[in-house]
Amino acid sequence: MSIWSLIIGMALITFAIRYSLFAFPHLGFPLIVRQGLHYVPGAVLAAIVLPGMFMPDGQHWQLSLDNAYLLAGVACILIAALTRHLLATIGGGLLMFFLLRWALGQLPI
Amino acid sequence: MSRSREFFQAMRDMLPLLVGAMPFGIIYGTLAASAGWSAAQAMGMSLLVFAGSAQFIALSLLSGGAGMAVLLLTTLVVNLRHALYSATLQPFVRHLPARWRLPLAFWLTDEAFAVVQQRYAEPDSAAYKHWYFFGAALAMYLNWQLCTLIGVLFGQTVPNLAAWGLDFAMLATFIGVVVPMLRNWPQVAAALLAGAVALVCHGLPYKLGLLAAAVSGIAIGLYLERRQGLQVVEEVV
Repeated sequence: MSIWSLIIGMALITFAIRYSLFAFPHLGFPLIVRQGLHYVPGAVLAAIVLPGMFMPDGQHWQLSLDNAYLLAGVACILIAALTRHLLATIGGGLLMFFLLRWALGQLPI
Repeated sequence: MSRSREFFQAMRDMLPLLVGAMPFGIIYGTLAASAGWSAAQAMGMSLLVFAGSAQFIALSLLSGGAGMAVLLLTTLVVNLRHALYSATLQPFVRHLPARWRLPLAFWLTDEAFAVVQQRYAEPDSAAYKHWYFFGAALAMYLNWQLCTLIGVLFGQTVPNLAAWGLDFAMLATFIGVVVPMLRNWPQVAAALLAGAVALVCHGLPYKLGLLAAAVSGIAIGLYLERRQGLQVVEEVV
């Protein structure tokens, strides 16, 4: 199998999925689909975020106080809920995250 | 906002996500090079496929001796979540000509989706929101190519990049996007259940846990919304 044919095949499949609904601009969705789609961003992003906090390595639970991903993630959620401000959430969360990693001796310095 | 303001605002809004994706791009390039791929092949994959998770999984399956059919089927399953993004954004791009819809679909990643759906959900009726989509998508694309190239060229000499935890920038951004969206009980339940299912199903291969999580979240949100007879305003995506 040539790597190039693999690349072309993967490219076609990936594009077909991403273009699947953009390809039909005249298609209108029934109400139940439109209602369901409202939940896509919240559901997908939460499904990326929570494992990222609880399993930073993608495989093992890390329910401990030296898990900076978990602690800073909780701080992010609090900042976001209180301020509803994206930049404040990102800035505050990153600051918290790197301070924790530094304090816990988890940075490669 | 004008076309260029939408475009550059999107690039600015993507910044933390670009930082978060950097280690992945560089590690992908490094792995591809050490798997014996030529620089053109490693870059070709990033340029043409442009799907981080699928690229990583293809590399590892290939080294395990998997055949073409397995690799293509895996690509399909891993990227199936993008069909949900395509459906969610379709109502906002349907008025655009194909020369817009084709490239915007090609560039539809998790990161671009997170930022772009938020812009479309804002209630203003700006005419050039597709320029925002364009800016966000292009920023992600260029960043991914640059990082792949760095990985291919200098991968062996870059110090332990994963140890810095730059990927937290992605989590922080996604949290900042999601939390303000949770304005009613069905939305909260959808996010909580999706997160819980993702945790429970983390052992499933090929991002199937993520897909199961998304479907469960959508189902519970829809069920609660219909039971409450709650009217969710159309522009709240």
